[in-house]
Amino acid sequence: MTDTALDVPLAVEAAVESPTARAWRRLMRRKAAIFGLFVIALFIVVALLAPLIVPYDPIRQSWSAVRRAPSWAHIFGTDDVGRDVFSRVIYGSRASLFAGVISVGIALSVGVPLGLLAGYRGGFIDALLSRITDAMLACPFIILAIALAAFLGPSLGNAMIAIGITTTPIFIRLTRGQVMSVKVEEYIEAARAVGNPRWRIAIVHILPNILPALLVQATLSIAAAIIAEAALSYLGLGQQPPYPSWGSMLNAAQRFLTSAPWMAVWPGLAIFLSVLSFNLVGDGLRDALDPRER
Amino acid sequence: MLKYIGKRLLQLIPTLFFVSVLIFSLQHLMPGDPATVMAGEEQDPVAIEQIRKQYHLDQPIVVQYVYWVKGVVSGDLGESMRNKEAVLPLILQKLPVTMQLAAMAIVIALTIGISAGVISAVKKNTVWDYAANVFALWGISTPNFWLGIMLIFLFSVQLGWLPTSGYVPLRENWQASLASTIMPAFVLGNAIAAILMRHTRSAMLQVLESDYVRTARAKGLLERRIIIKHALRNALTPVITLGALEFGTLLSGAVLTEQIFTIPGFGKLIVDSVFNRDYAVVQGVVLVTATIFIILNLLADVAYHLVNPRLRATL
Amino acid sequence: MKMVKIAISAALLALAATAAQAESTLRIGLAEDPDILDPTLARTYVGRIVFASICDKLFDIDEHLNVVPQLALSHETSSDGKTVTIKLRPNVTFQDDEKFDAAAAKFSLERHMTMTGSFRKPELAAVDHVDVVDPLTIKIVLKHPYAPLIAQLTDRSGMMVSPKAAKAEGDKFGLHPVCAGPYKFVERVPQDRIVVEKYAGYWNAKNVFIDKIIYLPIVDATVRLANLKSGGLDLIERVLATDIKAVRADKNLRLATALELGYQGMDINVGKGEESKGPLGRSAKVREALNLAIDRKALTQVVFNGEFVPGDQWVSPQHPYYQKKFPVPERNVAKAKALMKEAGITGRVPVDFMVPSGAETQAVAEVIQAMAAEVGIDMKIRVTEFATSLKKAEAGEYQAYLLAWSGRTDPDGNLYSFHKCKAPLNYTGYCNPDVDKLLDESRIPSDPKARMAIYEKVTQKLLTDHPILYLYHRRILIAHTARLTGYKQMPDGLVRVIGLKLK
Repeated sequence: MTDTALDVPLAVEAAVESPTARAWRRLMRRKAAIFGLFVIALFIVVALLAPLIVPYDPIRQSWSAVRRAPSWAHIFGTDDVGRDVFSRVIYGSRASLFAGVISVGIALSVGVPLGLLAGYRGGFIDALLSRITDAMLACPFIILAIALAAFLGPSLGNAMIAIGITTTPIFIRLTRGQVMSVKVEEYIEAARAVGNPRWRIAIVHILPNILPALLVQATLSIAAAIIAEAALSYLGLGQQPPYPSWGSMLNAAQRFLTSAPWMAVWPGLAIFLSVLSFNLVGDGLRDALDPRER
Repeated sequence: MLKYIGKRLLQLIPTLFFVSVLIFSLQHLMPGDPATVMAGEEQDPVAIEQIRKQYHLDQPIVVQYVYWVKGVVSGDLGESMRNKEAVLPLILQKLPVTMQLAAMAIVIALTIGISAGVISAVKKNTVWDYAANVFALWGISTPNFWLGIMLIFLFSVQLGWLPTSGYVPLRENWQASLASTIMPAFVLGNAIAAILMRHTRSAMLQVLESDYVRTARAKGLLERRIIIKHALRNALTPVITLGALEFGTLLSGAVLTEQIFTIPGFGKLIVDSVFNRDYAVVQGVVLVTATIFIILNLLADVAYHLVNPRLRATL
Repeated sequence: MKMVKIAISAALLALAATAAQAESTLRIGLAEDPDILDPTLARTYVGRIVFASICDKLFDIDEHLNVVPQLALSHETSSDGKTVTIKLRPNVTFQDDEKFDAAAAKFSLERHMTMTGSFRKPELAAVDHVDVVDPLTIKIVLKHPYAPLIAQLTDRSGMMVSPKAAKAEGDKFGLHPVCAGPYKFVERVPQDRIVVEKYAGYWNAKNVFIDKIIYLPIVDATVRLANLKSGGLDLIERVLATDIKAVRADKNLRLATALELGYQGMDINVGKGEESKGPLGRSAKVREALNLAIDRKALTQVVFNGEFVPGDQWVSPQHPYYQKKFPVPERNVAKAKALMKEAGITGRVPVDFMVPSGAETQAVAEVIQAMAAEVGIDMKIRVTEFATSLKKAEAGEYQAYLLAWSGRTDPDGNLYSFHKCKAPLNYTGYCNPDVDKLLDESRIPSDPKARMAIYEKVTQKLLTDHPILYLYHRRILIAHTARLTGYKQMPDGLVRVIGLKLK
């Protein structure tokens, strides 16, 4: 991109915006993406300012108000030991958003380079990486989780690492598959023919083409990670009680689906909204970064 | 092509070896001694010691592994420490259940996922697009246990249309069998449909904007023909990758759904066995699921080459 | 000859009757999948529920925990307490139509005592040998007097297995158990179902009315209840305390309850490794402060809708061996704070609180945490998968451990192994020679009054030292359809099938 910018005559330069700015402008054109950004921003603000927003201490129990339906005093109701569900959903956003974003970040930053390597280089490296990926994918999540829980000890950070590790193979596989179908395209052949180095072809020509699929998978994996955090906290690796996360709130709600449905509805809705928003932003980004679109 | 498949099948052996070593070491890294766990409330040191000896747990881990491999080579996967059932028959008993559930779920997922993905790509930024997205993302962010219990209350308790839980084998009565698996298959398929839908949509958009679809349009080809013949075909790569991946996950990862609907499949078996440290069962089931999973991935790789004519030459 | 004729016509009539009215099947929902169905090797509570229909025992208990005859008719202990003579019921056959007699009883007991991997060994450890006196009498010779023996024979140690089948199957006997109970084993699909059918030759067959029982493990309590409501099941165990209201409100359902024999408590590491060296492990006063900080009534009210019963001893307040002199303490924050001061505690006391996975135990732990915080004890919850937690408890890698005990008929089973120095269930590392002596003494007298007197001293000591804080006792909650009649709940939680009818 910068290469072409240099060739542009000075007079027109002012009218040419940087790729980032153009992407931003395009993103801002999409109502859905703006909505998504807005919700995510809202969640982040809420997570940061949680102590100022919540009407109650999220771990404060009220034994005289156990499993109360939503009311003016508790707009989302109370949970099984009398804690305010609204306050817990607000505080839960910290653990859950963190778990979702960081673990997917880990998976992306490890999985994509390895997938590029495997798909593009092929041969022995591909075979080796593919076998390792297969083995990891074939290993049940729960075994890895218990072993890691024992090793790392309970903490939210370790839970993110564990989820990140188990999510990585999916990104390797996906990237590899995408690269394999892209690398035979004419323009790649052309780029190679001109003598571009391999790493450059991989980053400049292949990566942008597989980006949409990665964005989609990453935004979807956030949902899976938020739910996986709950499973891990159950095994002693994630957020430990009494501190809330959306996933562990859902876990606790399972026994009360019929007698106190609000315990499941609100954290469930929070997960849905955040996942929806990440996906909408992902879609917007996809369009915005597409070089073929205006 | 055949040579390629043959080569890949040969690779199965080192992969399975690697998987078995990985599982074996991970299992022994998990804290908790199988004999102690098995004893539960009956912590009798004498009995525990005898069990350790009986299952070679007092030997070094490498020796234990050799015992296991020896068994596998002679077709013996060992026996469950918890209930003395031989592992191989146990697996053969549950394999059809798991395969049926996974197959039904994946069919549901592919049907919903691909069609919703195509519609939302073709009708991008319309009400159709938004509706399909919201539906799909609702599917992925709804916990399986929640959807499962809601379905049970609606269709079994309120309406009485479907059995609440329990599995009827296909051989016994195929209608009853479908009735007993349709709800769990839907719960599982619904979540996967979301993933497939999102990927189909994204890949379709990418192809629809590409040069050769533009060329096809310019040539005046029918839009429907373009979509099906050209666009969808090219958009299938990620769907194939993920379809194979998700099918693999279904084999051993449908724990909660199996539990809610009391379907005696692999997921529940693995989790229970992990919790009980029933080593032989975990080893055996993972060996089988890994084999199926790796073959699926092989098929996915072959499928890439079939849908993408230009890749075919590289085989 | 005439007898035979009558028997045949009776059989034909019975056949006609069953053909006319369809075979009756009782479907029971279990909370877990049982382990192996071999009385010698079995370990789980849920397995005992299934045994209740296939394996009769020498003795049984009634709702007041009295020992009543089953396969045995009577028992008599010699004056020195070292021999127990047991008269057996005549005309009893195993489900393979083998005869049950003194030789078979001796075989079963010896199998429990000697088989590799037998979990009955500690229960019968006091038995030296078993003699056959006559075909219907056995004499159990003990190494030393052992009062809990008869109570052991009301449980798995008292289950009689067919010698022929047991010899043929060896350690695989549990895959096709053959006992002397009302129902015979038909098939088992692990994690799916266990099927048993009525055994016509059962000694009490006239009181068995249901043809077939299917046990189905359904882990999720909400789903179990949904199955009962939709008619997929006829009886379920372990109904959630919080679902009881819904069960009572449903006119098609019935609830059967009894107070459990076991307890829910909190082990405190008082003598195992480094972790026991904190203020909680070192000072009985801090433990007493924690004890007084816990409001047991509020705890059971909040988590279990008040259905469970607060407790402070290893048996429930309704148990004949409960020591009334030591009532369940009321919460007393002021006194607890004073005790903390007396113990020389200035800051807050952090406690590593190991809690086995499970939604209900987690809620209990959270409530305890909130209560303890008020007296200056910070319970740091560490949720731990059960198998891992056992290992950590054994190694002393915890300071407090939330643990449940399913309970045994004789109070000795709730007490001895937990407090005797270095005993297998003594996770707390409690070691007190005085208590050890009393515990051994408590096993000798067969007179309950004499045992009560010894237990009083034990209680005095344990409720001062507090290696285990006893919290509450669960109510055994069984729900069944109104179609099922004749069901009565016993405190051991088992589902007894004699006398049950399906309308």
